[in-house]
Amino acid sequence: MTQPALEAAEARIGAAGAKLGMWLFLFTELLFFGGMFLLYAVYRGRYAAGFHAAAAEENTYVGAFNTALLLTSSLAMALAVAALRRGRRHLSLLLQGATILMGAGFLAIKSVEWAAKIGRGLYPDSTVLLARSHGEVLFFGLYYVMTGIHGLHVLIGICLIGVTLGLTARGRLSAEQPTLLENTGLFWHFVDVVWIYLFPLFYLVT
Amino acid sequence: MPRPEPQTPILGTRTLLLVWVSLLALTALTVAVAKGRLLADYGVLAALGIASIKAGLVLAFFMQLKYESRLLQGLAFFAVVTLLTILAGTFADVWYR
Amino acid sequence: MAGENGAARPGFYRDAGPRRGCAAWMLSTDHKRIGVMYLAALTLFFVIGVAIGVLLRLSLIAPGKFFTAQHYDQAFTLHGLVMIFLFIIPGIPVSFGNFFLPLLIGARDVAFPRLNRLSWWLYLAGACVILASLFLPGGPLDTGWTFYAPYSVQTRTQVSFAVVGVFILGFSSILTGLNFVTTIHRLRAPGMGWFRMPLFPWTLYATGWVQMLATPVIAISLVFIFLERFFGMGFFDPAKGGDPILFEHLFWIYSHPAVYIMVLPAMGVISEIVPVFSRRTVYGYRAVAFSSVAIAGVGYLVWGHHMFTSGMSDTARIGFSLLTFLVAVPSGVKILNWLATLRKGAIQVDAPLLFALTFIFLFSIGGLTGLIIGSLAPNLHVHATYFIVAHFHYVMFGGAGMAFLAGLHYWFPKMFGRMYDERAAKFGWLLLFVGFNLLYFTMFVLGLEGMPRRYFDYPPRLFTGQLVSTVGSWILACGLAVILGNLVRALVRGRPAPENPWGGLTLEWRTASPPPAENFPEIPVVTGGPYSYE
Repeated sequence: MTQPALEAAEARIGAAGAKLGMWLFLFTELLFFGGMFLLYAVYRGRYAAGFHAAAAEENTYVGAFNTALLLTSSLAMALAVAALRRGRRHLSLLLQGATILMGAGFLAIKSVEWAAKIGRGLYPDSTVLLARSHGEVLFFGLYYVMTGIHGLHVLIGICLIGVTLGLTARGRLSAEQPTLLENTGLFWHFVDVVWIYLFPLFYLVT
Repeated sequence: MPRPEPQTPILGTRTLLLVWVSLLALTALTVAVAKGRLLADYGVLAALGIASIKAGLVLAFFMQLKYESRLLQGLAFFAVVTLLTILAGTFADVWYR
Repeated sequence: MAGENGAARPGFYRDAGPRRGCAAWMLSTDHKRIGVMYLAALTLFFVIGVAIGVLLRLSLIAPGKFFTAQHYDQAFTLHGLVMIFLFIIPGIPVSFGNFFLPLLIGARDVAFPRLNRLSWWLYLAGACVILASLFLPGGPLDTGWTFYAPYSVQTRTQVSFAVVGVFILGFSSILTGLNFVTTIHRLRAPGMGWFRMPLFPWTLYATGWVQMLATPVIAISLVFIFLERFFGMGFFDPAKGGDPILFEHLFWIYSHPAVYIMVLPAMGVISEIVPVFSRRTVYGYRAVAFSSVAIAGVGYLVWGHHMFTSGMSDTARIGFSLLTFLVAVPSGVKILNWLATLRKGAIQVDAPLLFALTFIFLFSIGGLTGLIIGSLAPNLHVHATYFIVAHFHYVMFGGAGMAFLAGLHYWFPKMFGRMYDERAAKFGWLLLFVGFNLLYFTMFVLGLEGMPRRYFDYPPRLFTGQLVSTVGSWILACGLAVILGNLVRALVRGRPAPENPWGGLTLEWRTASPPPAENFPEIPVVTGGPYSYE
C-alpha cells in the first residue's frame, strides 16, 4: 500500500476502529485459551486428588512472586501509555523498557521452574511421570501446555513492546498518535489476565 | 463513517498505583486462603473468585473498559458469556455421565 | 487482465500504483483484487475436491475393492479437507464478501486492508502446507477431516503437517471475520443505519462473530493433536487418564458453528438475489436480519448433536437435541420470508434466481433431514451412515454450493465486466440439478438400508443404489463443467456488461462494471432501505 493510501485507510478507520479491532482479537485469544481451560476444568473435576498432589510440586511463593512481577509490568505499561498521552516521551520510553524487563524476568523465572521439573523427570511421557496417577500425569501435561502457550504470548508481547519502544523513540508514536501503544497495552494486559487465572489453578489447587 | 470519538480519559498515576496495590493485596490474600486452608472445600471457588476480581480490575482500569463505550463493554461481556456457554455445554456431558 | 475489448474490463484491473503484473496483484490491498484472487483459488480447490469425489464414487460403482482400505481413507480425508477448509469455509466470505462488502455499505475498502492481504497470504500458506503434507513422510493423512483422537495421535500418516496447515487457515479465517465485523461497525456510508444495510452484510456480520469466537477452539484442538503426537501429554489417551470424547467436544464446538460460517453468507446471497428478481422488497427485512444473528447464536449451542452415539451423558444428549430443533426456527424464518418475497412478484427466472431457487429447495431437504438426525432415537440408526453424508451434501453443496453459483452468476457482470451465455448457464444447471439428486438422494435410501459412511466396499444388495449414485456424480460433473466453461468463456469473449444488468437497487450497481479502484467517485449518501422496489 502506498503511504498516502495507508494514511487514508488509517484515517477512515480511526483510533476507535483500530481499538475495536484489537479488542476483537483479544476475544479470539480468550476462546483460544478457553479451550485449554475447558480441558483443565474437566480433568480437575475428575482427578481432584491427583491435581492436588501434583500441585504440591509447585513452589507457591515463586509463583506468587512471578504473579506480582507480571502485575507490576501491567502497571508499568499502563503508566507508559498515560505518560505518552501526556507528552512525556522519555518517561514512556523508560516505562516501556521496564515492562519488557519485567516480562523477561517472568519468562526467566518460568524457565527455571520448568528446568527444575524436567530435571526431576516430571515431563510428559517420562517414566517418572507415567508411574504417577492419572491426575498427576494430566496436571503436568496441562501445566506445560498452558504455561508454555502463555509464555509464548509473553514473548510476543515483549517483541511488540520492543517495536513500540522503537517507534516512540523515533517520535512516530506520540500524544497525538498513541493508538499503537494503547493497543499493545491491551494485549499485554490480556496476557496478564490469563496468568491471573493460571496462577491459582496451578499453584493454589486445594 | 469517521465520527470524532470521545477519547478515554488519561488515568492518573494515583489511580493506577491504587489498582496495582489492590492487585498485590488480592494476590497475597489468595495465597493466604490457599495455604491456610481457610475455606476448605470452597478453596477453588474462592481462588477463582479472587482471580476474577483481579481480572476485573485489570480490565476496568488498566484496559480502561470502565471508560469505554457501552458497545465495547457489551461485546466483551458477550465474549465471556460465549466461553462460559461452551464450558456449560461440555459439563452437561461430563458431570452427568 | 485487460480484455480485447478495451471497454469490457479495466476499472480496478488497471494497474494504478508503482507495481506491475503479478506483484500488483499479490501485494495489493484492494479488496476487489483480493476477492478475485481468492475466487480463482477457491475454484481451483473446488475442482480438485470434485475430482477426488468423482474418484471416490468411481471406486464404489460396484462391490469389490478398487482402492486399498488405506488409500480410500486417505481419499475421503482429502476430499473433506479440501472441500471444507479450502473451499466452503472461506468460500463466500472471502470471494463475494471481500469484493462486495465495502461496495454494499458504500465504503472504499474494508477496515484493515493490510490485514486483509495477510488473510489472503495465510490462506495460500495454509493451502501449501496441507498440500505439502501429502508428500511428506507418512503420506496423506487417513483420519477423516475430523481428526478424531486417539487415532489422529497414533497414525503414522502425515497428520502433524496437515494440522499446521489447517491452523494457518483458521488464523486467516479469524482475521477475515475480525476485519468484516469492524468494517460493518465503522465504515457504513452516511445515512446507512444498521437497518438500511443490505442483508448480505448482515450475514457477513453474524458469520464474522462465529469466525472469531469458534475458530480459536479448533485452533487449540489442533495444537493439542500436534503436541500429543510429539510429547504424549495424554489429554485424549485413556491409558493416561485422558478422554477422547473431550476431543470431540473441542472439535465440534468449532465445527458445528463452522457450518454456519458456510451457510449464513450463502443465505445472505439468496437474500440479495430474491428481491431483485421478483422486483419486490424483502418480506420482513428485520426478521431476516435478526434471523442471521439468531442462527449464529443458537448454532453455537448445538455441537453435541454430532456426538449422540459417542458416550455422552443423557442430559447432554437431550439438551443438544432440543437446541438442534430450536436452530431450525430462524432458518425457517428465512425460507418463509424468501418465498413471501417471491409471492406476487414480477419474477424473472434468470440464472441467478434459478440457482437461488435451487438453494431454497435443496437446503430445505437438507434442513428437514437434519431434524430427523437431530432426534435421538433415529440418530442411533442413521449416525455414520450414508444418510448423514446425503444430509450434509444437501445443505453444504445443495445449499452453500448452489448459493456460491448463484452469487457467481449474479455478480459476474459486476466483477468481470462481461455477460455470460444465459442458456448455457441454464443447461449446466439442469445437468447439475439432475446429477446432484441422483448422486445424493439415493444416499438417503442407502443410509437407511444400512450403508455406513467411509467404507470402501459394500454387500451386493446395495449395488443398484451405489450405481445410480455414481452415474449421478458423472452427470453432476458434466453440469459443473458446462457452468464453469460458460463463465470462463465469458471472461474472454462475453459481451460487455452494463452498470446494472439486473436492475438491482443496492450500492454495487451504482458504479461501473467492473468498479474503479476507489469503488465510488464519491461516497454515496443513503436515504432509504436497500430493496425499495415499491
